[in-house]
Amino acid sequence: MSEESRPLGGEVLTKPFKVLAGIFGFALLLIAIRYVFGIGAVSNLNDGYPWGIWIAYDVVAGTAIACGGYALALMVYVMNKGEYHALVRPALLASVFGYTLAGASIFVDIGRYWNAYKLFTPWYANPNSIMFEVAFCVSLYIGVLWIEFMPAFLEGVSKYKEHLPEFVRNWNVEGLRKTLNKFMFVFIAVGVLLPTMHQSSLGSLMLIAGKKLSPLWQTGLLPLLFLISAITMGYAIVIFEGIYAAVGFKRPIEMPLLTKISGVMPGLIGVYLAIRIIDLVVRGAVGVAFQINIQSLMFWVENALYVAALVYAAPVANRTKPKPLFLSAFFMLMAGTVYRFNTFLVGFNPGANWSYFPSFSETVITLGMISFEIMAYLYIVKKFPVLPKAEHA
Amino acid sequence: MEIKRRDFLKVAAAGGLLVASNAHPALARDPKTRSKDALGFLYDSTVCTGCKACVSACKQYNEMPQSSSSPQDPLWDNPLDTDSKTYNIIKLYKNGTGEIKDREQDGHAYVKRQCMHCVDPACVSACPVSALTKDPKNGVVSYNKSACIGCRYCQLACPYNIPKFEFEKTFPQIRKCQLCSHRLEKGEIPACAEFCPTGATVFGKVEDLLAEARKRLQYKPGSKQVYPVERLNGKAVAEREVTPYIPQVYGEKEGGGTQILYLAGVPFDKLGMPMLGERSDAQRSETIQHAIYKGMVAPIIFLGGLLYVVHKNTKDHK
Repeated sequence: MSEESRPLGGEVLTKPFKVLAGIFGFALLLIAIRYVFGIGAVSNLNDGYPWGIWIAYDVVAGTAIACGGYALALMVYVMNKGEYHALVRPALLASVFGYTLAGASIFVDIGRYWNAYKLFTPWYANPNSIMFEVAFCVSLYIGVLWIEFMPAFLEGVSKYKEHLPEFVRNWNVEGLRKTLNKFMFVFIAVGVLLPTMHQSSLGSLMLIAGKKLSPLWQTGLLPLLFLISAITMGYAIVIFEGIYAAVGFKRPIEMPLLTKISGVMPGLIGVYLAIRIIDLVVRGAVGVAFQINIQSLMFWVENALYVAALVYAAPVANRTKPKPLFLSAFFMLMAGTVYRFNTFLVGFNPGANWSYFPSFSETVITLGMISFEIMAYLYIVKKFPVLPKAEHA
Repeated sequence: MEIKRRDFLKVAAAGGLLVASNAHPALARDPKTRSKDALGFLYDSTVCTGCKACVSACKQYNEMPQSSSSPQDPLWDNPLDTDSKTYNIIKLYKNGTGEIKDREQDGHAYVKRQCMHCVDPACVSACPVSALTKDPKNGVVSYNKSACIGCRYCQLACPYNIPKFEFEKTFPQIRKCQLCSHRLEKGEIPACAEFCPTGATVFGKVEDLLAEARKRLQYKPGSKQVYPVERLNGKAVAEREVTPYIPQVYGEKEGGGTQILYLAGVPFDKLGMPMLGERSDAQRSETIQHAIYKGMVAPIIFLGGLLYVVHKNTKDHK
């Protein structure tokens, strides 16, 4: 496995990297303001809309976009498709940072962060709370992801010393790597269980909002719809990233692998859409989609994106060409993201006197988190054996 | 090697077992019932004159600061809604000319808003760290700031938008009515009821309040009747001419029931009360969650399967 991945090398401080660093720096400043003057000083969050983009994007959409590691683990380790091994590490890396940054965003969002450890104290924990399940599961999964990514890091340390910063060069890591590999199957298994649990529970979070959530999104099937769409987004990000990274780093695209992976997308999207439509019909909510308002408009945008993803992925010939494949993945990521925004923000209506649109500062903080994620990804693929060896493709 | 879509769907289905069972939950959580000793208010909108003595008393006895809706001229305490400085408020419904009290058309009416102390509170179910709890005896829903992580899920969950958050503070808290628990401990009654001069808000055991509310619905409009003031079965009473009621006790069943009951002469949705079913959102949410996670049986079986398959497959790969 170590023979398949190589550090990319090359300059780290490129121009895009510096721009990202600038956005991240600005976001850090705003985060400092938030910690001194309160959440209201930087955000438009209010008592009617207690959750905004920090939850809807950074956590709910962000972790679904970071489901590449989970989706590939399902394929490689559960369904035993060893041929996709080369894609596991880049996917895992994106998952590591997607989830870690979601965790970091939670600490910006929650008002009484110093009490966060109480989630892990049995006499405070409330097992009836879906938030408890999500928070507990996501925290564990962040740990599991870092452990799953450890072999790449340790290999990097032992095999490519010359590329590494000085402080890690002298570690003796071979023993640790071997021990870790022996128990890795446990972490991989837990690493499939946990996202299955919390990606569905992220949907369940909105069950208790009851009638405050529009019938276009309020359904007992929220956990199932969130789980299916998260897995689909997982495959979509693997394809999106695979093509984007290859073009960006001027490497050959792993077309045969990506083509095969994309084979599951039409089925997943089809099943999702079938459940979504039948659920709306059974609940008698279809009429709501034809009212003229922002909610129904966004409902159609969301589902049009799903259909676009399906239309691009369905023809077998499309899946062998980078462009339609990329578009399909892109539309799928957009569809899942808009679905999550709709469920948490657009479809949520606490009453006539409340409104929410993210403030400038709030948006910059989210963009800063995304920037950091991309910077970390760029740094690590250049310094550690993550991406598949170029001639392998 | 070719991916077999059927294989994939099989695995997806196996994982989906975790969540699929919720479509028709077999283990529906039973609805919660009111404690016999549950305490609360009966608020009668037709009796209320909108004097706001309750708002002022609530502030005073809960040591809450002034909340001004006009920041340019913050002379008065005049919040438009309950907020992080206001646990209790009187709101006005007005239609057309607004001349006749408690009439829907061309009339006006008052409504008191505060924590409803739900029988099955969404906030208590939602809170991940048990910072919101319901007293098993008197049913008061209280907040414990030393547990709260400030995630605001209680705000999202509450159908009445009652928990309020101090967005402007460095170290914020959730704020809401706790039925003057500090006064109940001393044998006193909640400030809003004690200082209500008309008897619009009366304090008592919820089952007695419900009986009183049902009795009032039988009163003939125009007849003179005796209304208790401050508390049920207390000394203070007032005689008044009955005006027509909407034949409904809001809070008896709404959202699984509340400990604050309402009577009014104007439909409750006009007064801004949410129209809720009889099943609480907490019951629905917990039923689905427990169907998936009861005893952690499904996750443990799923994990067992995963451990076996992954162990086997990682060996193959070596």
